[in-house]
Amino acid sequence: MLSSMEKSIAELRETFKNGGTKSISWRKSQLKALLQLINQNEDSIFKALDQDLGKSPVESYRDEVGVLKKSVTYTLSCLEKWVAPKKAEVPLLFFPAKAEVMPQPLGVVLIFSSWNFPFTLALDPLIGAISAGNTVLLKPSDLAPACMSFLVETIPKYLDNKAVKVLAGGADIGERLLQLKWDKIFFTGSPRVGRLVMAAAAKHLTPVTLELGGKSPAIVDTLSTTPSKAKVTAKRIVGGKWGPCTGQACIAIDYVLVEEKLASTLIELLKKTIKRFYGENIKSLKNISRIVNKHQFQRLVNLLKDPNVADSIVYGGSVDEEKLVIEPTILLDPPLDSEIMSEEIFGPLLPIITLKNIEESIDFINSKSNPLVIYAFTEDDTFKKRILSETSSGTVTFNDSMVQFLCDSLPFGGVGQSGFGRYHGKYSFDTFSHEKSIMHRGFYPEIEPRYPPWTDFKLLFLKLAYQFDYFGLILLLLGFKRS
Amino acid sequence: MASEVEKKAVFDIDSAKEVVQELRASFVAGKTKDYEWRRTQLKAMLKMMDENEPQIVAALRDDLSKPELESSIYEIAMLKNSCKLALKKMKHWMMPEKAKTSLATFPSSAEIVSEPLGVVLVISAWNYPFLLSLDPVIGAIAAGNAIVLKPSEISPATASLLAKLVANYMDSSCIKVVEGAVPETTALLEQKWDKIMYTGNGRIARIVMAAAAKHLTPVVLELGGKCPVIVDSGINLQVATRRIIAGKWGCNNGQACISPDYIITTKDYAVELVDSFKCELELFYGKNPLESKDLSRVVNSNHFARLLKLLDEDKVSSKIVYGGERDKSNLKIAPTVLLDVPQDSLIMNEEIFGPLLPIITIDKVEDSFDLITSGTKPLAAYMFTNNKKLKEKFVEKVSAGGLVINDTTVHLAEPTLPFGGVGDSGMGAYHGKFSFDTFSHKKAVLYRSFAGDAPLRYPPYTNGKLRLLKALLGGSILGIIRALMGWSKA
Repeated sequence: MLSSMEKSIAELRETFKNGGTKSISWRKSQLKALLQLINQNEDSIFKALDQDLGKSPVESYRDEVGVLKKSVTYTLSCLEKWVAPKKAEVPLLFFPAKAEVMPQPLGVVLIFSSWNFPFTLALDPLIGAISAGNTVLLKPSDLAPACMSFLVETIPKYLDNKAVKVLAGGADIGERLLQLKWDKIFFTGSPRVGRLVMAAAAKHLTPVTLELGGKSPAIVDTLSTTPSKAKVTAKRIVGGKWGPCTGQACIAIDYVLVEEKLASTLIELLKKTIKRFYGENIKSLKNISRIVNKHQFQRLVNLLKDPNVADSIVYGGSVDEEKLVIEPTILLDPPLDSEIMSEEIFGPLLPIITLKNIEESIDFINSKSNPLVIYAFTEDDTFKKRILSETSSGTVTFNDSMVQFLCDSLPFGGVGQSGFGRYHGKYSFDTFSHEKSIMHRGFYPEIEPRYPPWTDFKLLFLKLAYQFDYFGLILLLLGFKRS
Repeated sequence: MASEVEKKAVFDIDSAKEVVQELRASFVAGKTKDYEWRRTQLKAMLKMMDENEPQIVAALRDDLSKPELESSIYEIAMLKNSCKLALKKMKHWMMPEKAKTSLATFPSSAEIVSEPLGVVLVISAWNYPFLLSLDPVIGAIAAGNAIVLKPSEISPATASLLAKLVANYMDSSCIKVVEGAVPETTALLEQKWDKIMYTGNGRIARIVMAAAAKHLTPVVLELGGKCPVIVDSGINLQVATRRIIAGKWGCNNGQACISPDYIITTKDYAVELVDSFKCELELFYGKNPLESKDLSRVVNSNHFARLLKLLDEDKVSSKIVYGGERDKSNLKIAPTVLLDVPQDSLIMNEEIFGPLLPIITIDKVEDSFDLITSGTKPLAAYMFTNNKKLKEKFVEKVSAGGLVINDTTVHLAEPTLPFGGVGDSGMGAYHGKFSFDTFSHKKAVLYRSFAGDAPLRYPPYTNGKLRLLKALLGGSILGIIRALMGWSKA
């Protein structure tokens, strides 16, 4: 007797098998319906995000609603091009032959999303999966319960229920889902759970994409250029730390690297900017999300408990347990072996690490595992080249923060401990597709030397053929080459 | 100069750790990233093949009784081509790729930079032990990685030869061969790699992926499956038959991941097809195929026993229409064709990987598609037909790693086509540039300037900013102008 979960998945498999998701018109209709869902429910989406995370409408639009609308629109405009087979070159030897690569849907895919961008991280992969012609089970995070409920209730009203399903629940539901066979699993979350997902996928040889995290550093080398550039640098750092979900983002700036002599300049600029953006103190805090729940709140507070860490606080540090708020906090040179400098912070605490020389930032970053993104504020082209060639990260962004997320032509994904696989734009389509090679041959002409019995002549012929030595082949055939 | 590690009596977890540490140090020191280093290694590999062809052919004969032509062409010549292609194109592959930027990030420029993953593990198979070991290594070198190659112990002569040759010709501080069987492979799999590429079967693949999961290591799994051949009527039957024979018995006597596994044809056409096979097989291999020098043997007694079990099953042995002879002492089974074996027989439920070719018959050619899609996705699928509509249906309906129409196996030699499986036949792909890509990390790079810092990104958040953001993300210049002018509604 099948559980309701297994029945749902069986239905998804049946729909896929019957070709329900294959046609371009079906895919387009689903994408358009998704766009409608977003357009017609903007206020409810803002409300849910406010409820779960305290996000303001502008932040919600910028990081979730707007991103999704852009993604759907872009996908709709490119879909026909992406679905079309691509020709591959064939050498003369195979004439007449035609070769191409055709994308095909993988089948039934499972998407796990995270709680910090509960709409973007659920629906952006969904856009990719649908555009590639798959059926989908979406498992949103229960740590953002209002958003999860919204998705569970609203998606069935707009999308094809036989092909796209949303399942509510917590870790136990996630575990049960992982026992089943999928054609692809797309996971956004922590490395710890990423390992469990991949281990479960291994039992069924299911390919996975893991979008994880890490400590994304910001190298700051522009404070001594011009005052206006220094100001913009500070704004972009503040915007890249506390802007996205108060630092609870995989691509948020985790910590900053700056030269010793410029540290105080940086701190002053950051303080000014923080006050202007978010208010003078924790009582008047605005325009900023809150911490998602007590567990995360406690984890972050614990990071500050270490007396050596607490001593390094130069701004902020106040917390409000009832409201789950921690004010933007800056630390100067906390001990490098403290937890705040070894774990991904994922919150509103910004350590500033000072170096004698900014070039040392490369070795510093390399002493930690590969982050999702490295931000580097510098105008020194040589330094930029060194950063690119001597460090490894999912992405590198120069002179800004966060915006690489908006670039549909750049693959978004990690490397090493920050994950593998990628998406956004066409990469989303590709990540949910199998690129099938196809070769068309004609019956004529026939190359006899392909067939036994083997002779020295055939051996020589094939050697020349494989070298594409057409002239040599002609000589051989005319009898001018000896075996 | 082989390090002390390989000379130790037992290659255990500590030995594996030392190997990885040494390679990681070489990688971090930047040795393998250098373009010249990559070139020298690939050139050394070419020299290695040029100077040792007879030894390679001899090792393959020892391990598989592989005919010289198969060794020279399907292992050595193909590998040389792969090496030469990498040498020719590597510089181009290494160049960053420009990426378009949109209004949302204006002004900016973007590119995608290829960088090596680091220290990679290549575990290869026994059937094309030379090709399947070094072809991935070519990709890994071209992409700038340090490498451990673990050849299969089931082809021991080739494994030893590889260990010797790689140590003599290539840079041992960056490329090592570790010989051994299960214990050694397990020790290697405990370590943290930046990528693992495995060629082999599904059972071991699951073990490899589970081990990789502990370290979040991405994997490429090149597996197999039952590669079907659909044969329609109205074709040049002789050519089709010969091409199937070449792909089946001509490829290591059916022991190849892309060998035709079984045939599907109509009940009406089956007799003609069987006759064609009988005729061509005799032309190719003579009246006593067990004596033919042009066929590989079955690799070892385990596989020999496995194949006999498939052949001697009651409901199957009566279906032999050609062949069936066996020579246990020489591990040879004659090319065998079977007609109408039952769907629930053993031979129809596991990858054959040997010289047995079952023919399944159906009423209409179209029925073959459902038959194929009811099983797991194979590495390759083939169809012989002149019917355009059937070709289109075949391409649309059949999901496999790769498809070939009117031939078999040749897509392997086409470096512009990605070679890999889907579903149970594997994940990831390689050959040509795909090899380079599979061992690279494609790093996204966005260059921004300080000009044009839009205040609308930053708090305080106002309705005006919201309107402007909507317009900006919506990409409409008019919308942006209107928002800036305060004319559009919220």
